[in-house]
Amino acid sequence: MSTESGSLRRRFQDSLADLEVSVSRTEPASFEATLEDVVDDPVVGTPLPFDGVSLPAWVDEEPSPRTLEAATTGVTAASFGIADYGSVVLPSTEDGAEQVSLFPDLHVAVLREADLVPDMPTAIDRLGPALRDGDSAILATGPSATADMGSLVKGAHGPKAVHVVLLEEGGDE
Amino acid sequence: MSKPDDRRAKAARIRHLLETEGDAVEANTAGFNRGRYEAVADLESYEELKGEARGIKEDAIERLPELLEQVTQTVEANGGTVYLADDAADANRYIREIAAEKEADRVVKSKSMTSEELEVNDALEGDGVDVVETDLGEWVLQVADESPSHIVAPAIHRSRAEIARLFNDRFDLEEPLETAEELTMFARERLGEQIREADVGMTGANFITADSGTIMLVTSEGNARKTAVVPDTHVAVAGIEKVVPSVEDLSPFIELIGRSGTGQDITSYISLLTPPVESPTVDIDEPDVAFAEREDDRDFHLVLIDNGRTAMREDDQLRETLYCIRCSACANSCANFQSVGGHAFGGETYSGGIATGWEAGVHGADSVAEFNDLCTGCSRCVNACPVEIDIPWINTVVRDRLNHGVDPDRFEFLYDELVPDEEPSGLDLQKRLFGNYETLAKLGSATAPLANRVAELGPVRSLLERSVGVDSRRPLPAFERETLREWYDERGPRVAASEADREVVLYPDTYTNYVDVDRGKAAVRVLEALDVHVTVPNVGESGRAPLSQGMIATADEQASEVYAALAEHLDAGRDVVVIEPSDLAMFHREYEKLLPERSFERLRDGSYEVLEYVYGCLENGADPAALRAPEKPIAYHSHCQQRTLGLEAYTTAVLEELDADVFESDVECCGMAGSFGYKQEYYELSMDVGDRLRDQFESPTAADRLVLASGTSCEDQLDDLLEREASHPVEAIDPGGGV
Ligand code: SF4
Repeated sequence: MSTESGSLRRRFQDSLADLEVSVSRTEPASFEATLEDVVDDPVVGTPLPFDGVSLPAWVDEEPSPRTLEAATTGVTAASFGIADYGSVVLPSTEDGAEQVSLFPDLHVAVLREADLVPDMPTAIDRLGPALRDGDSAILATGPSATADMGSLVKGAHGPKAVHVVLLEEGGDE
Repeated sequence: MSKPDDRRAKAARIRHLLETEGDAVEANTAGFNRGRYEAVADLESYEELKGEARGIKEDAIERLPELLEQVTQTVEANGGTVYLADDAADANRYIREIAAEKEADRVVKSKSMTSEELEVNDALEGDGVDVVETDLGEWVLQVADESPSHIVAPAIHRSRAEIARLFNDRFDLEEPLETAEELTMFARERLGEQIREADVGMTGANFITADSGTIMLVTSEGNARKTAVVPDTHVAVAGIEKVVPSVEDLSPFIELIGRSGTGQDITSYISLLTPPVESPTVDIDEPDVAFAEREDDRDFHLVLIDNGRTAMREDDQLRETLYCIRCSACANSCANFQSVGGHAFGGETYSGGIATGWEAGVHGADSVAEFNDLCTGCSRCVNACPVEIDIPWINTVVRDRLNHGVDPDRFEFLYDELVPDEEPSGLDLQKRLFGNYETLAKLGSATAPLANRVAELGPVRSLLERSVGVDSRRPLPAFERETLREWYDERGPRVAASEADREVVLYPDTYTNYVDVDRGKAAVRVLEALDVHVTVPNVGESGRAPLSQGMIATADEQASEVYAALAEHLDAGRDVVVIEPSDLAMFHREYEKLLPERSFERLRDGSYEVLEYVYGCLENGADPAALRAPEKPIAYHSHCQQRTLGLEAYTTAVLEELDADVFESDVECCGMAGSFGYKQEYYELSMDVGDRLRDQFESPTAADRLVLASGTSCEDQLDDLLEREASHPVEAIDPGGGV
């Protein structure tokens, strides 16, 4: 891994730490074990678009309104991450990634280290063509939160906690 | 109602809000404001980003007709519908038609100030549609049947305990709710059900991109995400000014909006939805059909609202309002807003400093007249605004217009001779009095000390209160018999021009010349101690006093006279030194609107705040030993407008150079703000704002310190707030005096 992407990753991890978002790094081969450690049953998810990684069989990959409501954890792919902010960019998909990332108490975002970008302008430049193509996305930064009831509470309408699983790049360290 | 009754009624209303909502509003807004300072301090390119954001908005509003056409085409090509509504009634009619067409029983909404402007809830409810606000703060207000007190955090006027009481009263609960966590989870649960059963979701839009038809929503709770994707019909309502050319333009706004508003680097969710979205609906009637299997036919309507905005765009003075991204920084950084919140400092829909522009544009004069005076022109919002809107100027312009709209026959009063022809003769007497302060000061000085004694007599005070609303609890400034200029003419310079390092003209502002002559004398002695040749020329009022009353024509005339009187000194290479920061701020900010550009720039570049000038002399080798070292540790309150100009640091630096230990206040404003604190209807608000300064200066760290303040108003206010007298910093370093 180049030093540049290494420092990008550290910046991202620092930002996540500020947000109190936990993170684990894993090689594609150990993805299932890593995921198992961080989720709470029942788990729903949407298929991951990354080579060599897929959701384990114990994740409901085809959620419906009923299983979504019952789920405690939702696992979805992030198309990229923004190091300065600790944000993950969540694409809206036909199979319901928006809902899966939003309704359960815990959202696990799966992100390739290679998809980290340094800052907001880079992220938005990258989103431009996709949005012009009709796509939608959420820049999600930490859990859902509100201060409307007198002090800060996590999990207002969305997840109370977020966990990021970082997929290491091939041949890394 | 007579004028005195109006004033008493207004004072009573403000008192009520101070008592009932003031504490919660203060805790929240002051917290947001602190958060903003911290968040922008960490943002390296803050100033550039503001410039960029401003540029994008200027361009977008300039090209608005073209962008509206483009966004309409884009959204329609995406499969959505765009409706351009002339006004609120038009928009509501369209939205009601959608609801009827969908046979909607329930519409869920995420927070949108534009929908408040439309009062669309009432319109839909009139048709029997159940409208549910899903933002937690908005929902609290819906349950309580109240209006927002803040454009971003609508329920900040309510404490947790009050919300708990409200919910426990209103809902049939097994266990009473108490903590913020319990309240939130209760609301989440309940609103979750309502969203699930909704037929239509309505959101606002913070931005809309013309190139992709994307709407950007800035939220933290996640309710806007649910509102937009759970039902199959999404209606987004937005003012036409929300359209920007392209996706790439969003970046600076994403970086600025949360930081400027609540002090968050970024909110939890920035939704970038290009509707109709691909996400499936959440259909409770088909709970077992997998999302991936659904074939939804989504319906999206973008309702773009004009409602006065096209006219604002064509109005050179109000146009800037359309750049506003509704971040709330101008509310949070406002000392008056921190005390009373949006229920006093707001119109029909919008609140805070920029509300004057919005309300004037969308609702008209009546809505603005109520609260426009609450902007004192302190200018603390100016640097906080992410799109660099001159919010105080918009307030001044609107005040000027309101003045002209006043029924011209209302007062033919003895003060007519004080009023220049350009100002309407029906102008509120109180505004006339304060706007023509120089005339009054001349008169007072000529008849001092008799005038002072007469002015303080009980019957005179109550007459002043009744006729012009000068609060009798406020001590009046005492005019000096010998003005600064008279003193100086008699005395002459002590450093000859031929031997001086530099030459200065000391601007004799009205207050220094007629009331606080001592600080003027101190300034002369301090400058001379640094080998500066000083003259005190015959130059009149800067125009600050009339401007603050919205008397732009008078201010404009005075600006020209001041410039004419100072031009020859500028030509001769003399520096203009100013004691009163509010007058210096005229030269550096407002004169840009009143003078030709070259004149403005020359005066701005050639004029200095007095301690800034002293600092410059010391930096250039003048001997600090020639000045007096303050004997005591110092509690220093800079002036609001001085801080906006970024000049407060010079005073601290000079005092520290002279080995003084300086404690500096960090409140946004002392609360006096020129004439504001003298006005009967605002006296209590002014003192409430002042309390924050008092608390700092009576804290153990500051309680025994020498109190210094740069502004006239601040000095007066501090004199009233504290047991100790306040002085100007130049008096503390005056080798010929001492405080
Ligand atoms: S005027 Fe500026 S500071 Fe005030 S809400 Fe609008 S963008 Fe924010």
